Amino acid sequence: MAQDSGWLRSTLIVAWLLLAPVLLTNSWPAAAVEPKEMLADPALEARAREISRGLRCVVCQNESIDESDADLAHDLRILVRERLVAGDSDEQVVQFIVDRYGDFVLLRPPVKPETYLLWASPAILLLLAGAIIALYLRRHRGAGTMPQPLTAEEQARVDALLKADVDP
Amino acid sequence: MIVELGHFALILACFVALIQAALPLWGAQRGIAPLMALARPAAQIQFLLVLGAFLALVHAFVTSDFSVNLVVQNSHSLKPLLYKITGVWGNHEGSMVLWVLILTLFGALVATFGGNLPAGLQARALSVQAMIALGFLLFIVVTSNPFLRVLQPPADGHGLNPVLQDPGLAFHPPFLYLGYVGFSIAFSFAVAALIEGRVDPAWARWVRPWTLLAWCALTFGIAMGSWWAYYELGWGGWWSWDPVENASFMPWLAGTALLHSAIVVEKRDALKIWTVLLAIIAFSFSLIGTFLVRSGVLSSVHAFANDPARGIFILLLLTIAIGGSLALFAVRAPALKDSGLFTPLSREGGLLLNNLFLSVAAGVVFFGTLFPLFASAFGYTVSVGAPFFNLVFGILMTPFLCLLPFGPLLAWKRADLLGAAQRIWFAGLVAAVAVILLLYMINGGPALAIFGLGLAAWLIVGAFADVAERIKLFRAPPAASWSRLRSVPRATLGMTLAHGGLGIVIAGIVAASAWRAEQILVMRPGQSTDISGYSVLFQGVSQVDGPNYSAERGEFVVSRDGAELARLHPEKRFYPVQAQSTTESAIRTTGFGDLYLVLGEDQGDGARAVRIYHNPLAPWMWVGAVIMVIGGLISLTDRRYRIGVPSRRRAPSAAAGASA
Repeated sequence: MAQDSGWLRSTLIVAWLLLAPVLLTNSWPAAAVEPKEMLADPALEARAREISRGLRCVVCQNESIDESDADLAHDLRILVRERLVAGDSDEQVVQFIVDRYGDFVLLRPPVKPETYLLWASPAILLLLAGAIIALYLRRHRGAGTMPQPLTAEEQARVDALLKADVDP
Repeated sequence: MIVELGHFALILACFVALIQAALPLWGAQRGIAPLMALARPAAQIQFLLVLGAFLALVHAFVTSDFSVNLVVQNSHSLKPLLYKITGVWGNHEGSMVLWVLILTLFGALVATFGGNLPAGLQARALSVQAMIALGFLLFIVVTSNPFLRVLQPPADGHGLNPVLQDPGLAFHPPFLYLGYVGFSIAFSFAVAALIEGRVDPAWARWVRPWTLLAWCALTFGIAMGSWWAYYELGWGGWWSWDPVENASFMPWLAGTALLHSAIVVEKRDALKIWTVLLAIIAFSFSLIGTFLVRSGVLSSVHAFANDPARGIFILLLLTIAIGGSLALFAVRAPALKDSGLFTPLSREGGLLLNNLFLSVAAGVVFFGTLFPLFASAFGYTVSVGAPFFNLVFGILMTPFLCLLPFGPLLAWKRADLLGAAQRIWFAGLVAAVAVILLLYMINGGPALAIFGLGLAAWLIVGAFADVAERIKLFRAPPAASWSRLRSVPRATLGMTLAHGGLGIVIAGIVAASAWRAEQILVMRPGQSTDISGYSVLFQGVSQVDGPNYSAERGEFVVSRDGAELARLHPEKRFYPVQAQSTTESAIRTTGFGDLYLVLGEDQGDGARAVRIYHNPLAPWMWVGAVIMVIGGLISLTDRRYRIGVPSRRRAPSAAAGASA
């Protein structure tokens, strides 16, 4: 993907994000996929729904096009169904949309160099935390205990509290 | 006049906070008792001042004082009284005042009921609490003044976003804030302990009840928000891993970890450094969460830059609070030495494993939520949505939930795994039978979901196995079991309920995700359709008028095997003041499943787009969450906290102790 088109896309997205609250106020909340958009073939429609759930309505806040009532989501739902009717595979449909809107449209980020860090983050965090715990356990392994002695003042407080608690 | 008094009270509170932040700390460092003693009255006065300011704001909203800008922007004279009041925190400025009100309330509670805290610790903790309050008060007074007047008062206001005019959402923020801000106490105690250079079991005993209280409020607040999303947003979604939701989930995960690690400090004088760090992290997540939501930085970088003063102030506050406390931690933490030793296979080890999973989970949510922001800094735009979090969370949580029921059965210091396993074989058996029965009943279905339900059964039964054993359930006469139950510590009962509640939540999530049925269709009056054994008959739409909206109300008859069960009335409401419409779904629940109806667009000739869903076990998500909260509250009443927590006079505490 060319660098300049990426820049243009980000600008467009930011512009959309800015405008979205204004544009969407009259159509909120969402009512999701409409009956008249749906395909007659149940198998094809099921595939369309599944694909729609993974595509972000790029003008909304974190909604898939399947859930959103925005016009753009409506257009994308129609587009997805048109591609399916034309005989595209699921991957081809998604690729078709990604070619136009970029990775931003995928709710599940693709695995590629830009996102390696994201996808590896759970494993990295788990290893890091595991290593810290292993170190701690090595240092604190043992069955004996060495409680710190109480200071005289603390002992007096403990006695007072215990006494107060036992006495009716 | 009242408005100006409120404004003045807020400014006064700033000065009181300044005094409370500086003098008691100085006194504690130098050992000057009168200065330390200042902290308590200062915290109480500060709370009263902020309360005054808050009430002044409420007054302006209730009386629809349209000379106040905030009221003009967020209220309307025709709005029902309830939403006039909740409109106070339905906006940036007002919600910040509520935030500080809760912050100072906690400070005042520690001041009032913390009579048996060591004077130094109390003075330092209250001083740290005041530093946080000072930051927020300045933020409000300087950049987000709720008391600004307008020169030409309009005849009426702009109204509150209709979506927010709902009891579920109206009380969602106060509970969320009680949770967020409640962690400030743990934070203040942690920073105070770092300044003192001393953390001991007594410290943990003071901190834990406050953390538990905050945790209960946060759990309830999150559940309430998710319930609201479920019935209000109109497609039955309850959690979409939205940045705003994640912002509340991160402190919950960190707070839950803190709750567990503090037990180890209290009982075994170990994991001190980690617990102090968790206390700092839990509140830092709360701060980040508040600001992420409030500043809008996550939905748009530009919303942040819209008001540079606010943006810079927020960054500064975050840097000082989080950076400062972490720097102090780096300097002082090495001095905290653990004395309790244990082998990996022990109660301590189990709690450590709990902390491993919960903190990694919090880290994953944090990283995933902020990743798009990092990526966009490098010119790559990406979304991290529900599919990512569901996948990663599923993988991370499965081993955690499998191991969870073992935890409470392990002995301190050194445990016998075989012994623990033997004690819950029964739970394992029940879970396995549940899974197989389900497989048989449903004849297939997603294997992962069946595994998930088995896991939920394992959690629920496993949670109760320990208590069942303790009271010799079914092995002793019921009366004997009952009297044994009464002697089980409340903390143990609370834990049992909380863990069992988690299992119920998991069951709800799994079933509602995997076996959801839906019908999206155009219906004409008189037409009916079938879903999950129900028959739904559409009778038509009528016009209804509410106090500040007009609605189209659908009439549906739900029946099963020819017998009428219920009439459901989903609505589409139109709010003329904001020119906005909302959908009000209609839900019929059996406790084991929800029939969920949404009225869609008019299709001409009286025909309507209609969405019908059946969400099996969906109510379990919120019932389970409420059970978790009840567990937390029962645990709070445990006898041992009445020694640590705060009783002003000796007599009631002793009496309560004797009667328990």
